[in-house]
Amino acid sequence: MSSVRTNIQPNLLDYEETLTSFSWDNIAGELSGLPQGKGLNIAYEAIDRHSTGNLKDTVAFRFIRKNRVVDDFTYSMLQKQTSKFANVLKNLGIKKGERVFSLAGRIPELYITALGTLKTTAVFCPLFSVFGPEPVFQRMNKGEASVLVTTSALFEKKIKQLMEKLPSLRFIILSDAAGHLSGKVLSWSKLMEQASDEFIIPKTDPEDPALLHFTSGTTGMPKGALHVHKAVLTHYITGKFVLDFHPGDIFWCTADPGWVTGTSYGIIAPLVNGVTSIIDEEEFDAKRWYSILEEHKVNIWYTAPTAIRRLMRMDINVKETYDFKNLRVILSVGEPLHAEAVIWGEENFGFPILDNWWQTETGGIMIANYASVKVKPGSMGKPLPGVEAAIAKVNDKEITIISSPDKQGHLVLKKGFPSLFRAYLNDEERYNKCFLGEWYLTGDLAKKDADGYFWFIGRADDIIKTSGHMVGPFEVESTLMKHPFVSEAAVIGKPEPSIGELVKAFVVLKSGNEPNDEVKMNIMGFARKEMGPAVAPKEIEFVESIPKTRSGKILRRLLKARELGLPEGDISTLEQN
Amino acid sequence: MNEEEIKNIIFQLLKKIAPDTEPSALQPDENIREVLNIDSFDSLQFIVSLNEKLGIEIPEEDYGKISTLKSLINYLLAKLKSQLS
Repeated sequence: MSSVRTNIQPNLLDYEETLTSFSWDNIAGELSGLPQGKGLNIAYEAIDRHSTGNLKDTVAFRFIRKNRVVDDFTYSMLQKQTSKFANVLKNLGIKKGERVFSLAGRIPELYITALGTLKTTAVFCPLFSVFGPEPVFQRMNKGEASVLVTTSALFEKKIKQLMEKLPSLRFIILSDAAGHLSGKVLSWSKLMEQASDEFIIPKTDPEDPALLHFTSGTTGMPKGALHVHKAVLTHYITGKFVLDFHPGDIFWCTADPGWVTGTSYGIIAPLVNGVTSIIDEEEFDAKRWYSILEEHKVNIWYTAPTAIRRLMRMDINVKETYDFKNLRVILSVGEPLHAEAVIWGEENFGFPILDNWWQTETGGIMIANYASVKVKPGSMGKPLPGVEAAIAKVNDKEITIISSPDKQGHLVLKKGFPSLFRAYLNDEERYNKCFLGEWYLTGDLAKKDADGYFWFIGRADDIIKTSGHMVGPFEVESTLMKHPFVSEAAVIGKPEPSIGELVKAFVVLKSGNEPNDEVKMNIMGFARKEMGPAVAPKEIEFVESIPKTRSGKILRRLLKARELGLPEGDISTLEQN
Repeated sequence: MNEEEIKNIIFQLLKKIAPDTEPSALQPDENIREVLNIDSFDSLQFIVSLNEKLGIEIPEEDYGKISTLKSLINYLLAKLKSQLS
C-alpha cells in the first residue's frame, strides 16, 4: 500500500471550487453520528464506527516506547480499551461534564483516558507531564478536576503535595500501580481488570463539552478553552483536506497531547479519518526522528518549527542518508514557519513544508497551505473551506473589515465553525472580550495579499509601536534569520521615551561566530539594509538561547519582563533547556 | 582638533549607527540623514554621541544647521573655537 505514494491525488483537488461548494452540513453527513440518532460523539467517530468494519484490524496507534519497543493498538483493541476505561469512570460515579485530567508522558494510558472519557461525555483535559506542581495546581483548580490519571512517579513528585488544596479531586488513577493505594488513589490495571469492555455511548448533544485546553495568555493566569463534541467536524475535514489522509496512511504528529495539536491531531483527526498514528514516547532527537520516519514508512508528518530549525542546524544530508520515499506531506504548526524552512523542506525532501495557522481557541486548523495549492514560502496559506477569515481594523466597540490587499490588521474569524471554543472556563469576561459582533478576534495581526494568502505579522500584544508606526516582531525576526551568522532571533519593543518603543533584538549566533561588536555591526547593517531604519533593530543583544514555550512560541513577554526587570508572570509553559 | 580629525570622528559615529552605509563617501553638501537613511531616533543618537566624544552640546534649535557634512563640520569647528577662547 505504501510503496507507491507519488500517484496519490490530494483530497482537496480544487481549492476554489471547494470553497463555493462547501457546507458544514455536508461534512456532518460524511460522519456517522451516534446510532439511533443519539447525537454526535468524538470518540464514536474516532473509534467505534471503525472498530467493527474494514478497519478493525488496522493499527490505530503505534506507540514507540523509549527503548523503541513498538506497541500496536488496532481499532478493535482501542475500542475495547476505551470502553473499559469509560466503564471505570462510570463505576466511579463520574458524571457528564465532570473533568478528567491526565498528567503523563505519551503512554497508551493517556490516549485511552482521553477517548474513554469522551465516550462517557465527561470532559477530558490533558496537562503537560513536564509541568511543575504550581501550574498543575492552577489548571486542576481552575478546571475543577474530578479525576486525574497519572503515573506513580509524577504522583509522588507533583500531586501528593497538592491533594489538600484540590477539594474537587475525587480520584487519582496511577497508570503503573499494581494495587490501589487508598480509596482515592487507585490502580489503573485493577480498575481496568474489573471493568467490562462493552460500553454504549450515551446520548451526546453536538454542543456538549468534550475537551478543555489550557492556554497561557500574554498576561496573567492560564485560560481554559472549552470545546464541544461538534469540533470533530473540524478534526475530520482538516485531516482530509490539510493533512490529506488517505486509507492506509501512516501519520506522525510529534506534538504532545499537553497542547492542543497533540490532542486534535495527535489523537482525534487521524482516528476519525481511519489512518495509523505513530506516537513516540521520547523527546526530540534528530537521528531518532529521521530513523522513525524511515523505519515506520511515515507518509504524513506534522511537526513544529522548533524541531525543523533544529533539524536544519544539523549537518545531515537528508537525501543521501535516509530513504523517505513514503513521505509525501510535511506540515508545521506552533509558530510561523520562516520562508527559509519551507525552502529547506523542498531541498531536502522534494516538496515544501506546509505551514498552517490555528490556536487553542479554534480547536483545529483554520488557515493552511495545501498540497494542491501553490505555496508562497513564509505565508500561513489560505482559509480552510468553511472558515471565513478576514483582516480588520478593531477599535473599542467597532470592527471594520479591510478589503484592500496587503493592509496590516487584526486577524478575525467569522463565528459559526464547529471547533470554535465555547467558553473560557469560569472566565466569562475574558471570553466575551474575544468577540465583536459576528467575529472572533484571534489576537493575532496579519495581512492578506491580493491572491488571498494570509501573512502573519505578530501577536497584537507583542506588536511594537515605534516612532509612530507598528512593527511586527516576527517580520524582524524572519529577516534577522536570513543573516548567515544568525541562528535564532527574538524581537521586543523596549520602552524609549523619545519614540515610544525601540526595536530590540536578542540574537543567538550560529556556532563559530564570536559575539563581538564587529558581528553586531554586521547584523545591524544587514537589518537596516533589509528593513530600513524604522523597522531594523536599534539594539542587538547576543544571548545563548531564546526562551520559548514548549510548543515553540517565542516568549517575548518574558524577554520584555526581564529587560524591564518586571515579574516574569506565568512561565509554566516555558521550555527548560 | 582639526577638520580632518573631526571628519573622522563623524564618520566613525555614523558608521556605528548605520553600519550598512559608507559615510566617508558623503559629499560635503549632501544631506547626511537622507543619504545614509538615518531616522530621527538615529540622528538623535548621533548627536548624543558627538556630545560624548567632543564635549560639544548641540541645542535642539541648531539641528537644522547641521544637516550636511560641510555645515556640521563648520558648526563643530566654530563651537570648538568658541570653547577655547
